[in-house]
Amino acid sequence: MAERPLSPHLSIWRWGPAMLVSILHRISGDGMALVALPVLLWWLSALASGPDAYETFTAIATSWYGYIVLVGISWAFFNHLCSGIRHFVLDMGAGYEVDGNNRWSVATVVGGVVLTAAFWAVLVLR
Amino acid sequence: MNQQTSFERKGTRVGKVRGLGSAHHGSHHWLLQRFTAAGNLLTVLYLVFSILLLPDLSYENAFRWLSQPAGALPLALLIVSVFWHARLGLQVLIEDYVHAQGTRFATMLVLNLVTFAAAGFGLLCLVFIVAKGLALTSAQGAMAAAMQAMQGGMQGGGM
Repeated sequence: MAERPLSPHLSIWRWGPAMLVSILHRISGDGMALVALPVLLWWLSALASGPDAYETFTAIATSWYGYIVLVGISWAFFNHLCSGIRHFVLDMGAGYEVDGNNRWSVATVVGGVVLTAAFWAVLVLR
Repeated sequence: MNQQTSFERKGTRVGKVRGLGSAHHGSHHWLLQRFTAAGNLLTVLYLVFSILLLPDLSYENAFRWLSQPAGALPLALLIVSVFWHARLGLQVLIEDYVHAQGTRFATMLVLNLVTFAAAGFGLLCLVFIVAKGLALTSAQGAMAAAMQAMQGGMQGGGM
């Protein structure tokens, strides 16, 4: 095999909306795989263990650093959801025209933040 | 970059391509990523709306929700779909950034083992929660039956 770049070479790409979405898609996806899934398993195993273990989980999850992680996880999900739907559109062969592609790229990033804010607003204000 | 990404393939024309992936399966990973993405969309949105619709995520509420098959099944499907999707995504990450063949193989091996173990653990937790709920229900049922029998006995004895 030739010695050519096989991977995303972050340093030689010109920044643009599509590139930003691509990177955020990977960060949010792999971030959820490495952080959100262990938290999910911790929550489920605490629930399976009983009230004491669940109390321990809740105490840490509702601490200030717990909330930072949970808000991060929820943002990762909503961001990955939006850019994932963008992928479905691109898979159908649509959305490659530069202006529209840039617009929708920005829209997915904004959409992820807005949905995260809406999710926590409902949780806090209900 | 002077790092050797792969060994030079020698031999016959077939020998040069052997082991690089079988024909007609090029879209397999890509398709599975989409199928599980659709599964994630449905099951994680179920989780999101459940969290929003429950009064809170106290032990009692969460247990009442997930000890019922109607709550446990979507979450079991979530675990299968999400862990599968995560495995596929992490595989791409490894393929992009782990170049040395031996290390890549070992990382992929660990990824598969950890994914299966973690998903199995999550499913087992759900089985525990449902089983605990069933045990509590039958215990409450037995308690109620015993109370009824006692009351019946007292009434019977008084008459």
